[in-house]
Parts: sequence; C-alpha cells; structure tokens
Amino acid sequence: MFRRNGSQCVAMFAVDEVRVLRKVAGEVVGLLMDGFDHTDPVVGRLFPDIYPDRPEDSAEFRLYTEGDLKTGKIDQAGAILAALPDDGPGEVRLDGEEAEAWLRAINDARLAMGTRLDIQGDTDLNDELDEAVVHDPASSRVFQLSVYAYLGYLQESLLNALPEIDER
Amino acid sequence: MALPQVAPVETPQIEEVPADDRPWVTIVWDDPVNLMSYVTWVFQKLFGYSHDKAEQLMMDVHNKGKAVVSTGARERMEMDASQLHGYGLWATVDRA
Repeated sequence: MFRRNGSQCVAMFAVDEVRVLRKVAGEVVGLLMDGFDHTDPVVGRLFPDIYPDRPEDSAEFRLYTEGDLKTGKIDQAGAILAALPDDGPGEVRLDGEEAEAWLRAINDARLAMGTRLDIQGDTDLNDELDEAVVHDPASSRVFQLSVYAYLGYLQESLLNALPEIDER
Repeated sequence: MALPQVAPVETPQIEEVPADDRPWVTIVWDDPVNLMSYVTWVFQKLFGYSHDKAEQLMMDVHNKGKAVVSTGARERMEMDASQLHGYGLWATVDRA
C-alpha cells in the first residue's frame, strides 16, 4: 500500500503483488490493443457513448476522440508496468504525474474487472468472496474478486498518499 | 453612446439564435466501481473545484444517480466528457 514520502508516493510490493499488477495492467493494454469490440461491455464502460440517445452523434464524436483516449489509457497502464520491478519484490516511488497515471490505470483495471464480475451498487465484496470460496475456493472468480478488492485498497491508499490538491 | 448599427436584414437570423444558444451540460452518472474518494479527486483535478465542492458533486452523483458537473458551449462539454472518460468516469453530454 502507498504512503507519502516527501513529495513522492512510495509502496513496497511483494512478489505476488508485482505479478498481479503486471498481469492486470497487461490485460488492460491487451484489451485496448487487440481487436476492439464495441459490443464488449468492458469496452462500452471504458468508452461510453457521449450521447446515449443519439447513436450517430456518438459515433461521429468517437471517430475524432477514441484514438487519443485509447492511447492515453495504454500509456497510463504502461506507467504501471514501467514503475514496477521486473520480477520479484521491490519498492515503487511515484512523483505526482506518475501517481496520477497509476490512479487512472488502476481505475481502468477495476472498471474492466468490475464489469466482468458484474459488480453492482449493492454488491458486498466480502459476501461475494465468501460465497465464491464456499462454491469453489480454487475458482477463477475467487482470484478475480480478491484482485478486484486489492486494487480498490491500493487505489485508496494512493489517493490518501497524494499531496492535497489545495496545498499545491 | 451609439449602439453598433445592425443591418435590418440580419434581424430574423438573430431571432433564431436563442434556441441554438441554450447551453449544454456534462453529466456524470453513478457507477458501482469508482471509489467516492477517486471521483472527488477527479472533479478537483479536472475542474479545479475546491475539495468541498468536488465532494458535494460526488455525493450528488452517488445519491441522485447523476449530476451536472459543467455547463457551457457544446464543444467544451464534449471535451470535458472525453477527459472524464480518460479518468474512467461515466460522462455524457446533453442540452441544459
């Protein structure tokens, strides 16, 4: 989890955390680089229609903006990969700009996972996790829910470690 | 003071303007994934709102399902919505 150290946000990651973060950031990049399927709910959530009731206007706007938006999202996921140790445990130190890229990238990963896991407003993550463990402790859903919860804690810790915007 | 002279022929056009002049709004919708603290931070970062104002807006989104986060010309609202999408917020544009 992140904490503030001077002007930087610092975290010590165990080897499993490094692997998980590399995996989720890599998956976001993969989703954005591969064939881009707008009927995929995850793509729909990351790139929402700007005019929900006017598909033609939305499509036209998309034409001009989607490329940049996609590049931005690939870059911010890349910021996670760039700052992590290659393999094994290690410390990550982020300046303000890097911390912002991490926050955005963690959020994209959470949106993608949350959509796949069908997280709803009234979903209690602990209940979901208990239920999934009872059903099959070795299931991919248990792993996905755990990673999703972990990313939420990590994002919250990074937000708390940021210098106050008002202070800048 | 003398008013700028307006050619009479332009008058009908001017009368048509108000309908097009209605401002546009950027709307942020509630979603089950984004952290409340993150949404507040995005509003501060992107719009330069104070922490209190950003938090109030976030609570509006959370409690009412949506909130208007900016108002103005259509192109500017489109840019705001696009930037909000960059942060992963669910934003749309509409007439005020």
